[in-house]
Amino acid sequence: MNAVITVTGKDTVGIIAKVSAECFAANANILDITQKVFGGMFVMTMLIQVDDLKIRFADFVDKMNELGQKEHLVIHTMHEDIFNAMHNI
Amino acid sequence: MLNDNKILETINMITQEHLDVRTITMGISLHSCIDDDVKKCCSKIYDKICKKAENLVATGESIEKEYGIPIINKRISVTPIATIASAAVGEDPTFDCTPFAETLQNVANTCGVNFIGGYSALVQKGFSVSDRALINSIPNALAVTNNVCSSVNIASTKAGINMDAVALMGKTIKKLAYLTKDNDSIGCAKLVVFANVPEDNPFMAGAFHGSGEGECMINVGVSGPGVVKKALEKCSGDLTEVAETIKKTAFKITRMGQLVATEASKRLGIPFGIVDLSLAPTPAIGDSVAYILEEMGLESCGSCGTTAALALLNDAVKKGGVMASSHVGGLSGAFIPVSEDAGMIAAARSGALSLEKLEAMTAVCSVGLDMIAVPGDTPEEVISALIADEAAIGVVNSKTTAVRVIPAYGKTVGDTVEFGGLLGEAPIMKISSYSPAKFIARGGRIPAPIQSLKN
Repeated sequence: MNAVITVTGKDTVGIIAKVSAECFAANANILDITQKVFGGMFVMTMLIQVDDLKIRFADFVDKMNELGQKEHLVIHTMHEDIFNAMHNI
Repeated sequence: MLNDNKILETINMITQEHLDVRTITMGISLHSCIDDDVKKCCSKIYDKICKKAENLVATGESIEKEYGIPIINKRISVTPIATIASAAVGEDPTFDCTPFAETLQNVANTCGVNFIGGYSALVQKGFSVSDRALINSIPNALAVTNNVCSSVNIASTKAGINMDAVALMGKTIKKLAYLTKDNDSIGCAKLVVFANVPEDNPFMAGAFHGSGEGECMINVGVSGPGVVKKALEKCSGDLTEVAETIKKTAFKITRMGQLVATEASKRLGIPFGIVDLSLAPTPAIGDSVAYILEEMGLESCGSCGTTAALALLNDAVKKGGVMASSHVGGLSGAFIPVSEDAGMIAAARSGALSLEKLEAMTAVCSVGLDMIAVPGDTPEEVISALIADEAAIGVVNSKTTAVRVIPAYGKTVGDTVEFGGLLGEAPIMKISSYSPAKFIARGGRIPAPIQSLKN
């Protein structure tokens, strides 16, 4: 199963590193990253594979939410199927 | 392949535009609980529902977390209690069915659901002894419980309108308003009077588990007026384009509902029933059906053109949603509950939206006169006649209609009732004071219309 992580917020050094470190810690494999900075605003979407997570996916979502709060970023971690269902026939 | 814009569109819908799954409702058959001993029957009901629904709330919460989609309510609907109570009631029409409501309340407390529906009776053609006993107990049952919902079907296209039931429901609603007078007659917000009631509706207060349903089913109700409104803000074209925009948006909303329904069904090991593709507003700003109508170009909901705009909306929601789900059911369309919709509240308060206009709107929306507060001194015959009018619209047009009206005790036009939460607040609306008493007192049945003879 794949999940999508979106990160938005004020651009600072090390956002990708911190999000990636959290993925690594949970054993989530990063499949794809797109990232841009618009006028100081950081926007990233990341596709990860979560089949071999060391922790429950729900706990991983909590960890990403905690990271978001700590770093003043808005992080959403969602099962990929919600996007597939809505946008693909 | 997903692209970033699609991903951000979905997240925006959820975080900015109030997209949510309004309810996962587990329908449970209680036929196996029938017993002529009321205590035994209630005990069987409690045990059965608690066993079937023990993981409902936790499963809903885990889906919510993993998919990132809010699931606002987890609810239960059961077989109409008038049927389940029939052995206990026996031949005694004065039997008090309140213990069944208290049992359902205990179930709601144990399972952690916010509403349980099915304190219901189907009397479109006539009353059984237990139907009458149950209806007589509704005021007390809803006054002593908080989370139990009740519905009574008094008409159908096939059977016509049971005017004795219509008269009885006027009386019942008035009594319920009195018994819950200390809380703005809130009891009436938990009672719906239907014509052509669907048996798989997941939305409260009208949900129950029909006798043609399976042993246990998962039904899901979607929402999303805010998403439709936002989509229309970007649409400057003619009304054909408006309809297309609504269809596309309804498709996306319903696909999400279908995904949640399938996942809930799989995790709970219970068959998937239907997705109800309704636009259900909440009192939150930006989650209003009235604002969609205004976005189409009306100065205020309630102006001339409102019925046409609502007809377009209702039809486009169905057309968009129907392809997105394998089984569509329930009420499916646009709801227009006054107290639960910020735009409707504003329109009713400013005088732009009248009760008469609402009645016309119910001919083209998915339900009927919903969450409407009227003066507390409205006679019971007027309430009954309002129900009869609404039932006539449903019966003749082969559609569901309903009345959830609150004759707020001690209040009059200009006052407001405040229920809080999803039930919202409602200004008291003016209702015709000319008396239909003789018409209601005639009783009997209004025959089924000619269009019922389709065989």
